[in-house]
Amino acid sequence: MRQTFIDTATALIDADPRTALVLADISAAAFEPAALKHPDRVLNVGIREQLMIGVAGGLALTGLRPIAHSYATFLVDRAYEQIKLDLAHQGVGAILVSVGASYDGSSAGYTHMSPMDVQLIDTLPGWTVHVPGHPGEVAPLLTAATAHDDPVYLRLSTQTNDIAYADAALLRPVRHGSKALVVAVGPMLAPVLAATRGLDVTVAYTHTPRPFDTTGLRELATSGNVAVIEPYLAGTSAHVISEALVDRPHRLLSLGVSRRDLHAYGTPADHAHRHGLDPATLHTSLTTWLR
Amino acid sequence: MDVEPLLRRLTGDEKHAPSAFSTLDVLWVLYDRVLRVDPRRLDDPDRDRFLLSKGHGPAAYYAVLAAKGFLPPDWLDDLGGADSPLGHHPDRLRVPGVEISSGSLGHGLGLGVGTALGLRAQGRLEPRVYVLLGDAELDEGSNHEAIAYAGATGLDTITAVVIDNRSASHGWPGGIASRFAVHGWTAVTVDGRDHDAVEAGLRQAADGAPHVVVAVVETKEI
Repeated sequence: MRQTFIDTATALIDADPRTALVLADISAAAFEPAALKHPDRVLNVGIREQLMIGVAGGLALTGLRPIAHSYATFLVDRAYEQIKLDLAHQGVGAILVSVGASYDGSSAGYTHMSPMDVQLIDTLPGWTVHVPGHPGEVAPLLTAATAHDDPVYLRLSTQTNDIAYADAALLRPVRHGSKALVVAVGPMLAPVLAATRGLDVTVAYTHTPRPFDTTGLRELATSGNVAVIEPYLAGTSAHVISEALVDRPHRLLSLGVSRRDLHAYGTPADHAHRHGLDPATLHTSLTTWLR
Repeated sequence: MDVEPLLRRLTGDEKHAPSAFSTLDVLWVLYDRVLRVDPRRLDDPDRDRFLLSKGHGPAAYYAVLAAKGFLPPDWLDDLGGADSPLGHHPDRLRVPGVEISSGSLGHGLGLGVGTALGLRAQGRLEPRVYVLLGDAELDEGSNHEAIAYAGATGLDTITAVVIDNRSASHGWPGGIASRFAVHGWTAVTVDGRDHDAVEAGLRQAADGAPHVVVAVVETKEI
């Protein structure tokens, strides 16, 4: 996904003089060719994430469409007040593109993880959040985001599904059943499909949890049982689901990354297991809940 | 200066002399002599940009904007009211001529650097970006990210103005100008009440380097 982002952003900067890229050293080497060609619109501010977002806000104030990019923890967690004040409060937007989703950086430890990024962005009004589950979904999402001025968060991961879905801004059913609706966000689709094999449930996929497809949710949640499996903090979308189904009796199971700092290294698969997001543990959680 | 009655109207304060407002003289010089801005052409892409980073106590700012025709003087009678566009920190979406919404310290210089870069990227080399900060505001590390980057890249369309009333809790040993100069900014320190000196300082910006004017005013009363 990261390479697709680099290739797509490089092409967009070539094609559209309104597009600008702000970096804080991360991926700077990969964008070197673009920076040599467009030094005024490919800007590496050094390891200065507050400035990266401030600069993005300033660029947007002059009418450009900035893309700011780093590890999620530096881009969102560290620069949260700049995101809050230097973008939306000024009445401008930007495209924030992160890598290092949740525990992608597990071997580097908790300092390089951000399972809370989407929840932080979700505290702010008007953001579109894309969580692609496949590299093939990245280019269309990024390209579409450069065509307007609204705030967009594009969260890239090293965890991927087998298939890219072009039409997954809304909930896209990929398996049909009667006992529950299981929503898989982004790269959670692959483990959710494995976990629900043989279960009588509908599985629906989306790469765009904000705005959440509440119309599709109401159509698909006929059983009243809804499970939402997200690759970031568990429960991030719970408030949206509850609000959308407020007039109906329903049961909601929210699975995702726990708040616990594991103080552990290892692989993303190790962390998925410890947070209960591997297929076997997901299967147990779902069947226990459905019983 | 016809801004003084406006200031009194805004604050309802007859006791305090205009000198109670640390930014007043610098703002007046900027709007009266330096900035190429016009209340009839607020969206002119080639206007100079003035960014009030130090959003606290914007009374002098509002008074100057009213004196220069950016906002109706009537607005000055309801500072901080529930339906008033004028709050204790300015909002760019509510007040004509206000370039950034500010209040939380340490945001204006980064936005100013981005604005200068955005103008340059679009080939607009005439407009200059002015950012007004306070000496205590420099405590915020975000400013130093912007100071270092603007200096390293020779961003010569930005001017920082630091109002120094020595209100930083731990001070700036060696002086504020040196913090900028070490990063390659041209720096000048002037009497912040002397209009000619402030104007001369602002006009000393040179090609190839960002510029800072440290405007020294009376020490803040604690």
